[in-house]
Amino acid sequence: MALADTPQQRLADMRAPSPWLARLKPIGLALIVPGLLLIFWHVATARRWTRLIPTPYETAEYMVDFVFGGIYNDAFSATAHIHLLASMSRVYGGFGLAMLAALPLGLLIGRIPLARLTLDPFFQLMRPIPVTAWLPLSMILFGLGARSAFALVFLGAFFPILLNTIFGVKNVDPKLFEAASMLGCKGNAQFFRVVLPAALPSIFTGLRLGLGLAWFVIVVGEMTGVPQGLGAVIMDGRTLSRTELVICGMIIIGVAGFISDRIVVAIGNRLLRWSPNHHG
Amino acid sequence: MAEPTLPIIEIRNVTKTFQLQGQTIHALKDASLSIRKGEFVTLIGASGCGKSTLLRIIAGFEKPSEGEALMWGKPISEPEPQRGMVFQDYALFPWLSVRDNIAFGPTSRGVPKAQARDTVERFVDMVGLGRFADAYPHQLSGGMRQRVAIARVLANDAEVVLMDEPFGALDAMTRERLQEELLDIWARTNLTVVFVTHAIEEAIFLADRVVVMTPGPGRIESDNPMALARPRDIASPEFNDIRRALSGKLHSHHGKKAA
Ligand SMILES: Nc1ncnc2c1ncn2[C@@H]1O[C@H](COP(=O)(O)OP(=O)(O)OP(=O)(O)O)[C@@H](O)[C@H]1O
Ligand SMILES: [Mg+2]
Repeated sequence: MALADTPQQRLADMRAPSPWLARLKPIGLALIVPGLLLIFWHVATARRWTRLIPTPYETAEYMVDFVFGGIYNDAFSATAHIHLLASMSRVYGGFGLAMLAALPLGLLIGRIPLARLTLDPFFQLMRPIPVTAWLPLSMILFGLGARSAFALVFLGAFFPILLNTIFGVKNVDPKLFEAASMLGCKGNAQFFRVVLPAALPSIFTGLRLGLGLAWFVIVVGEMTGVPQGLGAVIMDGRTLSRTELVICGMIIIGVAGFISDRIVVAIGNRLLRWSPNHHG
Repeated sequence: MAEPTLPIIEIRNVTKTFQLQGQTIHALKDASLSIRKGEFVTLIGASGCGKSTLLRIIAGFEKPSEGEALMWGKPISEPEPQRGMVFQDYALFPWLSVRDNIAFGPTSRGVPKAQARDTVERFVDMVGLGRFADAYPHQLSGGMRQRVAIARVLANDAEVVLMDEPFGALDAMTRERLQEELLDIWARTNLTVVFVTHAIEEAIFLADRVVVMTPGPGRIESDNPMALARPRDIASPEFNDIRRALSGKLHSHHGKKAA
């Protein structure tokens, strides 16, 4: 909307809440808690309550160096993109692979009783094992390195996708099958015209959870001696006692995970416009 | 010469039992009913007397335990597009727009695209939902949803429309509007309608024949032709007489049961 040109217009804009204001309000509200935290961080470090953590300003400066370089010019200057890309490739690679495995399996287990009886007990047994507990085994199997991280991300994303797909497919309203069959859509045709669309909201929830977990797990995965990746940066920061590096790594993971979640939600909102209770 | 009086739907001595927690429930016992093409039949009776069961057998969702259900003299073995069902809770596909819900049947049956599109537009207009053609079911009122459900079976060339308390969840005004619209559509087409309801007035207002059913086990108590001229006036004395008579038939049974 154009800015006010006339005094009257300006007055009117001041009184009536403008669409701009309406849009800024949630952003403003969302910034309150991070803002307070930042202030607390600043006060705590400026007053030397702790000497172990750098001030927000130092951290910001280091972040600039980490991303663009030109301030400290050490081994980590201007390397953020390398680490981010390394982590992203593992997150999305592992997630993609988990999706390729979990979606068909979930559809199968949800739809075919024989598949359910054979596979479901096994997965229910595996599910409670935390992903991090797999770390030693995955290091033994895949060695120290990127493949191990990849495997952990895969495991982390696999179960939420699988379980939500099964749930979605099993919980299709039986009335819809009756409606479809009396309209002339029978047997396997119902799979694409009824089961899949009806299960989509659940499947999407699974994908969203899975991607979130993939970002969650990546740090653990990258602590197993990979040279690049945000998890590796955080570990290096700890060993080198460079807390600012640790915090920068954390912030980048947080932001990247957040953006990737927003993208999934945006896609979901678009695909699931029809669903009254699906708005992320 | 072909049989001139072959009914479109015939129920012959149908019994339907369900096993429920080790008990045998007689949902229907020895029910017989024959419906001619173009008739508007309402089924009325107390809760649990087997109305829905009878309708679902006609639809092909359930099989009779004994006896047979026929359409044009052939056994009904599965749900088919000629017999369209309108459910009380609509059962629309929530992910499809009004237009696509109505198109679901024709596209499932492989009707050519252009022809399907014409049919769909015709029925969208017939039920007065032109402005809402692109809306999703959750954006519609109950009455509008039920209109879509009706259009959906009509667009699919249903000869028989089976309706299980289709207006039960609607407010009185919407209900009356839809009753009139349904009669209007029925009068203009060659549809056969089997309509389940709890409401005596609705049954009398709509029907050529009111079939009264009684529970425990579900039986057809009586079959009452309605001679009243259309359009019917709910407030007229004739209407009232019929209501009183039917009400007696419905409630006499309760008396017997209590005794
Ligand atoms: N799938 C089923 N399994 C077990 N029992 C059933 C099943 N369907 C119906 N019944 C039983 O059959 C009887 C008749 O049910 P039905 O739904 O046909 O009654 P109705 O006349 O439609 O009742 P209402 O007016 O409440 O809808 C009931 O006693 C019910 O419990
Ligand atoms: Mg019923």
